[in-house]
Amino acid sequence: MNLFSIIDEIQQVDPEFEDRISPRRAVIKNITSFGSRVAVAALPLALGTLFKKAYGQSATAVNDVLNFALTLEYLEAYFYKQGLAQANLIPAAHKSYLTAIAGHENAHVTFLKNILGSAAVASPTFDLTAKGLFGDVMTNYNTYLIVAETFEDTGVRAYKGQMPNLLGNQVVLTAAMQIHSVEARHASAIRYLRALRGVSIKPWVSGSSTVFNDTGIIAATSSYANENNTVQHGIDITTLNAVKGTTTITAAIEAFDEPLDKATVLNILVPFIAS
Amino acid sequence: MKTPTGDVQSEGMARRRFLQYAGTGTAVIAAALIASCSKDNSKQNIYNDHVDLGAGDIAILNYAYALEQLEAAFYTQVVASPYTNISTYEKAMLTDIRDHEVSHREFFKTALAGVAIPKLTINFSSINFADRTSVLSAAKSFEDMGISAYNGAAYMFKEANYLTLTGKIVSVEARHASLIGNLIALGSFADNTVIDVNGLDEAQSPQQVIPILNTFIIDKKILAPAFGIY
Repeated sequence: MNLFSIIDEIQQVDPEFEDRISPRRAVIKNITSFGSRVAVAALPLALGTLFKKAYGQSATAVNDVLNFALTLEYLEAYFYKQGLAQANLIPAAHKSYLTAIAGHENAHVTFLKNILGSAAVASPTFDLTAKGLFGDVMTNYNTYLIVAETFEDTGVRAYKGQMPNLLGNQVVLTAAMQIHSVEARHASAIRYLRALRGVSIKPWVSGSSTVFNDTGIIAATSSYANENNTVQHGIDITTLNAVKGTTTITAAIEAFDEPLDKATVLNILVPFIAS
Repeated sequence: MKTPTGDVQSEGMARRRFLQYAGTGTAVIAAALIASCSKDNSKQNIYNDHVDLGAGDIAILNYAYALEQLEAAFYTQVVASPYTNISTYEKAMLTDIRDHEVSHREFFKTALAGVAIPKLTINFSSINFADRTSVLSAAKSFEDMGISAYNGAAYMFKEANYLTLTGKIVSVEARHASLIGNLIALGSFADNTVIDVNGLDEAQSPQQVIPILNTFIIDKKILAPAFGIY
């Protein structure tokens, strides 16, 4: 199969093709700048069409990332849907708060499915107890929030870990960044709910030289591996100037979230997948 | 005009991008303006009347450094002169955020070393630091702007490690934004003023963000030929 002849063929029916596959060109830039809210509503379809046109011949690697993200979003969407439907689980005062998060996760599922089109994977069937690891997740609100926190913090790390695989693809990379920061807002929001209920937890991932899992939940340990890293780009953050003296190890840990690779994330997800 | 750290390709890219945004007539005027900038040769990036972010990945990192300088200066003042009736929890959280932003600032300063932009002179006269509402609403604006700036600039990196670094920082900014939103009104951690119908956070280009950033800078404002800002 000759890629150049394929591009030539596409160009005959789509003169702007070359502009579209060059991620730095203005055509794609205008689409991702999201200048108007009205345009955004029509975006998934346009983006999906554009994506398929522009990357249809070499989409495998990018599709793998998107399907990985979609699987995470399926899990999160299902988790909030089940929780909100469960009687006597979520206090009335927290329903709208969690409904807002559920709404974003549903939107992410729809958005990613629209980009992937027929390449989208189907949702697995989930076991929210993780084979009994969180056995009372649907009856104990404290456990429910612990699982929520783990999902959100892990989701942030998973998206972060995939960014380098999207380098050079302006449309998909920017969209992934935009989902990534929403997941981080959620992670902070769930941590805040737990703090309101008296748990000693900060909105950001904290730790110490010996503690990388600040949730205190042993079952969640693998989601927080290496979160107490204090060396960034070869620079030990604890040696840097601070308002008073040098940066504390706490601040050095909290100021930078860490990525997770795909294999580690999938290992974390395995117990939650029934079939 | 000599770009401090530019490679030829990036300069070409910057020129092309600029020409897409401005008509030829504007370009001629801009070129004349740039030619008139005189550089203080004792240090990179410092001109008599403006600060230049540089080119390529360095420009994006300097852009991040400028944003972190703004945020760090803001929270340093918030903690130094807390608003009336600040709670213990709020003071502790705002101090944490200050320490994160100072770490980010010092990280960029150290990483950029000789090609870093200088310390910016920042003016917060529009913010009433004694008033909780004024402080939290400014904090929300800064955090949301920072997130949108990182989201919008990430794709321009050539070096994957810088992209990962950006990811490590922007999610912490998003955690801040979420808390600040909740302190303003419980539940507004990711409301529809910032999140669109697709569940996406904002992404803004440097062309959109730098003019806002410049409103807080007195003396030498930021110019970024790499982003078409002259």
